[in-house]
Amino acid sequence: MITYVLIAVVALVVLGLATRVVRARRRPAAPLPVAPLPEVLVEAPVERPNLDTLEPATLSGRLSASRGVFDRIRSSGIRGSLTNDQIELVEEVLLRSDVGVATTTAILEKLRSEGAPEGLVATLRQELVALLNVGSSTMNSVADDGRVAVWLFVGVNGVGKTTTIGKVASREIANGASVVLAAGDTFRAAAADQLAMWAERTGADIVRGAEGSDPGAVIHDAIGRAAARGANLVLADTAGRRHTSSNLLDELSKVRRVADREPGQVLETILVLDATTGQNAVSQAREFMAAANVSGLALTKLDGTARGGIVVALAKEFGLPVKLVGVGEGVADLRPFEPAAFVDALLDA
Amino acid sequence: MFDALSDRLERISQSLRSRGRLSPADLDEALGEVRTALLEADVELSVVRAFVEAVRTRLDGAALSQSLSPGQQVIKAVHDQLIEVLGGTTLKVTYASQPPTVILLAGLQGAGKTTTAAKLARWFKQQGRQPYLIAADLQRPAAVEQLRVLGSQIGVDVFSQSTDPVSVARAGLAEAARIGRDVVIIDTAGRLSIDDALMAEVKAVSGATNPHYTFLVIDAMTGQDAVQTARAFHDTLELSGLIVTKLDYDARGGAVLSARGVVGRPVVFASDGEKLENFDLFHPDRMASRILGMGDILTLIEEAERTMDKDVMADTAGRLMAGQFTLDDFLAQLTQVRKMGSLGGLMKMMPGMTKDIRKAADNIDDRDLNRVEAIIKSMTKAERSNPTIIDGSRRTRIAKGSGTNVAAVNQLLNQFKEMQKMMKQMAGGGALPGPLAKLAPMAARAQASGQMPSGLGGLGGFGGASPTLATPKGGGGKKKKKGGRVTPPKNR
Repeated sequence: MITYVLIAVVALVVLGLATRVVRARRRPAAPLPVAPLPEVLVEAPVERPNLDTLEPATLSGRLSASRGVFDRIRSSGIRGSLTNDQIELVEEVLLRSDVGVATTTAILEKLRSEGAPEGLVATLRQELVALLNVGSSTMNSVADDGRVAVWLFVGVNGVGKTTTIGKVASREIANGASVVLAAGDTFRAAAADQLAMWAERTGADIVRGAEGSDPGAVIHDAIGRAAARGANLVLADTAGRRHTSSNLLDELSKVRRVADREPGQVLETILVLDATTGQNAVSQAREFMAAANVSGLALTKLDGTARGGIVVALAKEFGLPVKLVGVGEGVADLRPFEPAAFVDALLDA
Repeated sequence: MFDALSDRLERISQSLRSRGRLSPADLDEALGEVRTALLEADVELSVVRAFVEAVRTRLDGAALSQSLSPGQQVIKAVHDQLIEVLGGTTLKVTYASQPPTVILLAGLQGAGKTTTAAKLARWFKQQGRQPYLIAADLQRPAAVEQLRVLGSQIGVDVFSQSTDPVSVARAGLAEAARIGRDVVIIDTAGRLSIDDALMAEVKAVSGATNPHYTFLVIDAMTGQDAVQTARAFHDTLELSGLIVTKLDYDARGGAVLSARGVVGRPVVFASDGEKLENFDLFHPDRMASRILGMGDILTLIEEAERTMDKDVMADTAGRLMAGQFTLDDFLAQLTQVRKMGSLGGLMKMMPGMTKDIRKAADNIDDRDLNRVEAIIKSMTKAERSNPTIIDGSRRTRIAKGSGTNVAAVNQLLNQFKEMQKMMKQMAGGGALPGPLAKLAPMAARAQASGQMPSGLGGLGGFGGASPTLATPKGGGGKKKKKGGRVTPPKNR
């Protein structure tokens, strides 16, 4: 630790020296012409283009249109079926949904090379659904004999971990499970209070520790209580953490190890993602997978204007399935993930 | 996956070299890369388009500077343009002639409003004001409780009632006026921008309190949606500025540019950590470099020039190079460096840092530095200038005096000895031992690409690995003589 401090200090000292030299040697570069930018870069409201403008919206219309495309492909070869305008439109829709440049480019490449024999929209839908179709989208709750199933919820700050746990608790209790909540977020002020309110609302049992106490111990206690009372599911909250801090990730690995010790058994580790998150989600997924062996995603806040297209990139890159979708703040606003419906929402304006 | 724009352009510029002027085709290719880089940084598509066009106008037909490669020229244009957009208009917070000055915070759920409210209160307190917090977020369970806890940490009172947000805000304002607080910060419920009911609520709170400033709190990790969010809030509330949070994450933060681009209001504050002190005024130049994925060497240098005492620096730096570096000097340097902000943050700003060092930098706790300071300050003058006289009993005394333990004192002394050795070797022109050697490959790479003011040698890895825009190239030889204390990394 101190080593790095010393390095940094020394580096900055040398930098200080360098500054003067660099300054002295700096030749004034030819000034670039300055194009004054307007205060507001984009005045008009941003409209997502509607893919339906490509093809008639009605089913029969779509069918006839695709038949038309099919005919045209036969007569003009596959490439002829997609114009540059069409490709650009698709690109825009995907980019605006946070699918990301790399994944979008891959999808466009495929469209370009294989064409769209069943119509552009239908082909795009199929392609996206296929990309999202990785792993099981249901939560596993069947633990080994004599062990208690643990679902661990991880993620960065403010994505809605605690709220998601509340909703999951409500759903599982409605399905007849007996649930213990573990208030493993001992860092954020009042996080345990927030979870306690959910426990009250849903009738789940809760185990909490003092603020700043060891999250592993809290989760361990919760598993102990669940085992003692014959409860069959522990939902473990964890503190939101930066995925760039190895200390915090190490702590998370430890928490997971503790939770996976008898009588607990971690069956799901869910990375909770905010639908408004952009390309940073890729980096989040990579680090959390390495630290906590993430088994699936929960996509929250999908009731906003964001579309959560980043999960397409995550499915493609890491094979992570979406297992939970949150669409509101109510107890019942938790949905299972349906790729087809999700893709429809992603593509529709 | 996320190639820094500077790397991308450097690659293209291989083919662009030695031409006096960017041809339209070169320009298209370069701007294509700019577009991709901005999109990968989460800048919203229409903002990207407008931005790229503005850069095109800047570059079109412009004569290329002799001292910059075409790639660097493009980066410079993008960088300048970013700074212009991000920092063109600034907002200086002025205080109402009739206190209290009312500040309303709005934003999406999870953007960090409540924490920001506390951080902002702390900032005002540091400015000598008497802030007051109003917890009008009655939506999220325990939000009020969270603000109370944070408020007690910074010694700022928090007002709340369990009525409705408008009444809470009104009553809070009256209370603030009664007890004579001059800045009032109102935390509102997080909302999804399409939620009409909640938007109406924040509008009602705003109408009831008539805030002097309304800030939108925006998460640096936000994707394309940033535009919709900013516009929806701006339409409802008439924002006066933006506060960007979670800059300690590794997101490029293009959302800031998107939001700035559509509402035309400046980014005023930035928050870069969980701790309450990780909060300050926004620096457009840092954000520009961040979006481009460049190290932030220029900011670093400017920041150093601004905050550091030049005499102290020159003095100790001279002794450092002469190999007579004492603990006193180290303490002086440390104090200077700490003026610039968190050490971890500074290290991350240095370009060309290896992943390991970045990780380590992330985990530097500035409280460790307090300990280091305390230990050195617990030494006598004689001990500081000649640490070898520190024996067992002195160590015990120092440990007691600094509230640490002997092990910590030992560690510091050992590390310092190592550092002195390193300095001597550097001063004598030897190779760099120890941890600095890790930096060698990096420095070598920088050297090979000919971008480094190579007189900095091994350590130059810190200083020169970035395409430091204004650093003229190829001046290696001359410079080396001037500062030729260090073996060029190539030789290792």
